[in-house]
Amino acid sequence: MKYLDEFADPELARSLLDEIRATVTKPWAIMEVCGGQTHSIIRNGIDQLLPEQVELIHGPGCPVCVTPLGVIDTALEIAARDDVIFCSFGDMLRVPGSKDDLFRIRSAGGDIRVVYSPLDAVKIAAENPDKEVVFFAIGFETTAPPNAMTVHMASKQGLKNFSVLVSHVLVPPAIEAIASSPTSRVDAFLAAGHVCSVMGTWQYGPLVENHRLPIVVTGFEPLDVLDGIRRVVAQLEAGEAKVENAYTRVVSSEGNVAAQKMVEDVFEVCDRQWRGIGEIPASGWRLSERYREFDAEARFGISKLDAPESELCRSGEVLQGMIKPHECGAFGKECSPRSPLGATMVSSEGACAAYFQYRRLEGEPVEVGVA
Amino acid sequence: MCLAVPGQITEVRDEQGTRMATIDFDGIKKDICLAYLPDIEVGDYAIVHVGFAISKLDEASALETLKMFKELGILEEELGMEEPEVSQ
Repeated sequence: MKYLDEFADPELARSLLDEIRATVTKPWAIMEVCGGQTHSIIRNGIDQLLPEQVELIHGPGCPVCVTPLGVIDTALEIAARDDVIFCSFGDMLRVPGSKDDLFRIRSAGGDIRVVYSPLDAVKIAAENPDKEVVFFAIGFETTAPPNAMTVHMASKQGLKNFSVLVSHVLVPPAIEAIASSPTSRVDAFLAAGHVCSVMGTWQYGPLVENHRLPIVVTGFEPLDVLDGIRRVVAQLEAGEAKVENAYTRVVSSEGNVAAQKMVEDVFEVCDRQWRGIGEIPASGWRLSERYREFDAEARFGISKLDAPESELCRSGEVLQGMIKPHECGAFGKECSPRSPLGATMVSSEGACAAYFQYRRLEGEPVEVGVA
Repeated sequence: MCLAVPGQITEVRDEQGTRMATIDFDGIKKDICLAYLPDIEVGDYAIVHVGFAISKLDEASALETLKMFKELGILEEELGMEEPEVSQ
């Protein structure tokens, strides 16, 4: 019970755990989709506090981790150009491409700028009319409305020197792909709360009906995660499968309609490669026809085919929940956050980084906690 | 980048036709865009993701979440105030 005292409300945490223990009679595998949830689970040892029948499988919910190698290589080639200012969220800078990462391109003289808000990139474009300004637009549904706004604003302001390298991914098709996979052991999903704050919960109805799997929309704080697990276990034990919202303080069933409208205007659904997983049909967004002139790949004529991944890295299996991070032979040896082989070790939301940070620094054997 | 942090709106203004605001994340102030929460007012709490308010939140939940971010030591990182460490 080492971690229990660290919960915001240890008594509530204890009662949620007691209820899960009292309810569970069979083994269940539950996938948390959001990398923020994975982080919370590992940091707080939630997987170790749960009864052994409940196994948590860490899903592909980290946009940095699933951005395909080919897109990273495209970003690196664009960012290395003398006429380009390349703008990105900070966590993309260390993601390894085939040969380099954005940090090394920057050390070699590339003008690469970390932005907090995508709108900063539009501002940089307005201030630097003699440069091509490219924004690396990655993310799940939560990040799509901010990224879409850059294109909308650049269009409104008539900026001819702004473009976006888009690699957006969508959560429901990924859940569909995992639930349909013959090798999947997943009995239920915790859906990502912040994705649903934008998209609402209505998208999950067909998934639940088609696969008879409970989906509970869950926040990412430790108590939120425990409550999501409690609700999932209750459904599983009762033989139910429905969409439940355990994060009503942030998520409504319709989501953020203004944000959805902007995304519908700027983006359109496309098939998308997921790093370590492969192509998932209709699982991404690209620029819609109306805004195609802002497509950086077309503007620079650069689009890389997928290069082979490191043979040592098993991040694809980690992302699909087939192995836990420390079951990879390179974990903590050839691969660490300072010198990552795969993106799951780079991003602070990546499962490998979470295991490395919380399971190694505490000096615990990493085998503990794999229920 | 994929987390979202709650803060309190301290000022609202119009910038070239876009509704913008100053938000206070437990002492750290940032400019954010309100295009997706057009009805939010000064004093309200909102969840902010990469410089955009995406969802309203009650004060108690917001303060609890902010406390957790601080304890995790990831508030600065999420707000883009720290450059990621250079790879070696």
